[in-house]
Amino acid sequence: MIEHLIPVLAGTLAAATPLIFAGLGELVAERTGVINLGVEGMMLIGAVAGFAAAAHSDGGALAGLPAGAVAGMLAALIFAILSLSMAANQAACGLALTIFGIGLSAFIGQHYVSYSLPGLPPLDIPGLSEIPVIGRILFHQDAVTYLGLVTFVGVWWVLRKTRLGLVLKAVGEAPDAAHAIGYPVIAIRYGATLFGGAMAGIAGAYLSTVYTPLWVQNMVAGRGWIAIALVVFAAWNPTRLLLGAWLFGGVTILQFHAQGLGIALPVQFLAALPYLATVVVLVLISRDKRLLQLNLPASLGKPWMP
Amino acid sequence: MSTPPPPFSGPPDNLPRLELTGITKRYPSVVANDGIHLKVGPGEIHAVLGENGAGKSTLMKIIYGAVQADAGQIQWNGREVVIANPSEARRLGIGMVFQHFSLFETLSVVENIALALDEPFDLKGLAARVKEVSTRYGLPLDPDRLVYSLSVGERQRVEIVRCLLQEPQLLILDEPTSVLTPQAVQKLFETLRRLASEGVSILYISHKLHEIQSLCHSATVMRGGKVTGTATPSRETPASLARMMIGRELPVCEVPAFTGEAAPVLTVRGLSHTPDDPFGTALKDIALEVRRGEILGIAGISGNGQAELLAALSGETTGPANTVVLAGTPVGHLDAGRRRKRGLTFVPEERLGRGAVPPMSLADNATLSAHGHGLVKKGFLRPKAAWEFAKTCIERFDVRCGGPGAAARSLSGGNLQKFIVGREIMQQPIAMVVAQPTWGVDVGAAAFLRQTLIDLSRSGVAILVISEELEELFEICDRIAVLAEGRLSEAVPKQQTNAEKIGMQMSGLFSDTHGTDREPAHAAA
Ligand SMILES: Nc1ncnc2c1ncn2[C@@H]1O[C@H](COP(=O)(O)OP(=O)(O)O)[C@@H](O)[C@H]1O
Ligand SMILES: [Mg+2]
Repeated sequence: MIEHLIPVLAGTLAAATPLIFAGLGELVAERTGVINLGVEGMMLIGAVAGFAAAAHSDGGALAGLPAGAVAGMLAALIFAILSLSMAANQAACGLALTIFGIGLSAFIGQHYVSYSLPGLPPLDIPGLSEIPVIGRILFHQDAVTYLGLVTFVGVWWVLRKTRLGLVLKAVGEAPDAAHAIGYPVIAIRYGATLFGGAMAGIAGAYLSTVYTPLWVQNMVAGRGWIAIALVVFAAWNPTRLLLGAWLFGGVTILQFHAQGLGIALPVQFLAALPYLATVVVLVLISRDKRLLQLNLPASLGKPWMP
Repeated sequence: MSTPPPPFSGPPDNLPRLELTGITKRYPSVVANDGIHLKVGPGEIHAVLGENGAGKSTLMKIIYGAVQADAGQIQWNGREVVIANPSEARRLGIGMVFQHFSLFETLSVVENIALALDEPFDLKGLAARVKEVSTRYGLPLDPDRLVYSLSVGERQRVEIVRCLLQEPQLLILDEPTSVLTPQAVQKLFETLRRLASEGVSILYISHKLHEIQSLCHSATVMRGGKVTGTATPSRETPASLARMMIGRELPVCEVPAFTGEAAPVLTVRGLSHTPDDPFGTALKDIALEVRRGEILGIAGISGNGQAELLAALSGETTGPANTVVLAGTPVGHLDAGRRRKRGLTFVPEERLGRGAVPPMSLADNATLSAHGHGLVKKGFLRPKAAWEFAKTCIERFDVRCGGPGAAARSLSGGNLQKFIVGREIMQQPIAMVVAQPTWGVDVGAAAFLRQTLIDLSRSGVAILVISEELEELFEICDRIAVLAEGRLSEAVPKQQTNAEKIGMQMSGLFSDTHGTDREPAHAAA
């Protein structure tokens, strides 16, 4: 039994990685009051940029991730200029960015269809990976999955323990008050939005260069939207976001195994299952309206000018 | 108490702490400050007096670096300075308590304070200092409470303690008492006098004359962006100060004796309601009666259930039919439109957004609430009728504006309020609920609005007024009740009570389950 579970659990961690990156980035942006619905688009742009960089250099995935981060950040910059400097509607700008990302990645990606990359081998953590069972689940992963968990700890720590975290929350809560006591609201929102773009770009590049190192058009397949949903249902709390990402990852892997075992359910249904399960479970655990109200950044989505 | 006050590091007494010369600030539509001169000495409590829109807040924001002047100089302790932003002002030793609080609801007291201090981040150490300073100045605070659960008075303490931690040489308070009970005002004054005796200069902004007379050493009076005089308040009379402030005598209302009948028109009984909003206040077993021809006033500080009571009366929230009864008919289950049809009209607190749609014309705004009065026929709009309606309203209620086609947001607060009140009166209500009728309205328009309400009541309409301004309630109401912590006290004829008693009740003291030092809880900003 355990022998069957080990690959499922180990696969869960990897499948959750793109959601952890993209979700954390969106979470930080939303904490400052910026809702960027362009996550899917930024992930696709990051994915194609990362794939191209990996395909045309010797660095492989290690060249792909930084390229993805930069591309995601540039995409977020477009969003930020429109919605922060020019105070355009954030929802509209985000949707436009997603549509733009789908188109741009398909346009660039058409040269790479069915082209594959070497990927990234698992990295064993010396000592720890020899622990029975646990070692093979937790410490036999690719480097980016570890990086995702380190990023989680970093974001958690900054939000909970540092002045910067407090300032981010203050800006999202009451930009007028933050401005009145002297914080550069727009600059802080820019920073958070660009961080979100970089994270989404890394998430995309991870998908295209490590997770399935083979170019398929529109390969992000809605994970950007799941990341946005996770942030809201997690009530802007990084720990809940991590759990949500693992849930999605777990069901993704389980349905692969179910397909492999030839369970008599339509493949389309199984493929939809991770999305369905994540949304249903998150809706159930976030029924507490007061929890959402208390954590909701009060200025979320509202344009602000000094 | 063991720690001595911070050493006095100001200049010798003959040098002013702050001197402004020729400060000018233009906004596209108005010159908010026009060549302002002002001088404050060390340890001086200096009042800046003026009506709404006189330019007081703008001037204070310039001193605090939150707004940049177009012209003029600022001398600080004898040295010319440019204050580019608030943190520079704080470094110089200038602290400010804002008219609209600059606090973050979902952060704790100590986190709120940490955000405004330019020093290494150490919440634990800061919490200890907050406790120490707050007890030293008699402003008790719990550093770990979340701000949204604090009363307005407590929030103000947070702002003041936040300034005191920076050991300021100049403290600016912009209309600090507009939301305090009379008792809390006395406590605040004690703290301010103590600070002044330690050498801190204080700029005290207000339009309340008696406060300035009891607190301030000197005063600068502003009108329309200009200084119209300086005075020593203790040597002036309220009338002479008012003349400087508004340029003429303070208007007074005529209140004919109450001749109404005992029969209630609007009755509320056993009204309890818990709002969905975690920042809201639950209403607890509210009961009241408004009689034909009288004005019933509800005193209390916003955030004690005012918004929830208004929503329950207007029909924005509905409940059991019998909780609200209008002229004998239960209407508690009916929505706002149906209640309006039965003769209950309503003037909400937020003029822009609830009382009127800001970008729409006055004629369209008239249609929104008076559609039942011939402005709509068989589902089709009748723009001409709406135009006529708005025009009549503008003439009858002396609304100064560009005509029925003017956008609601282009009107000043007082004129828009006259239009909204007029629109509701023209629907010939049998009962009317009015919230904060003169909030942010200049003195002349306020007097007009009060007189209008009195005349309307004497013509036989039952009027309920919810207001934070005690003086206003005493001026126009026949009976007064107090709403605190979601409970409503028994209404008393105004001759049988006074501001002090009402103030005690506003602190939640009328129910004996509470301690003696309670403040109204759960105020919204
Ligand atoms: N940011 C702004 N933009 C345009 N006009 C403003 C702004 N701030 C204040 N004003 C205008 O300047 C005038 C003075 O306002 P304010 O200083 O707030 O007066 P007070 O505090 O005395 O009530 C008002 O007419 C107001 O409408
Ligand atoms: Mg003001």
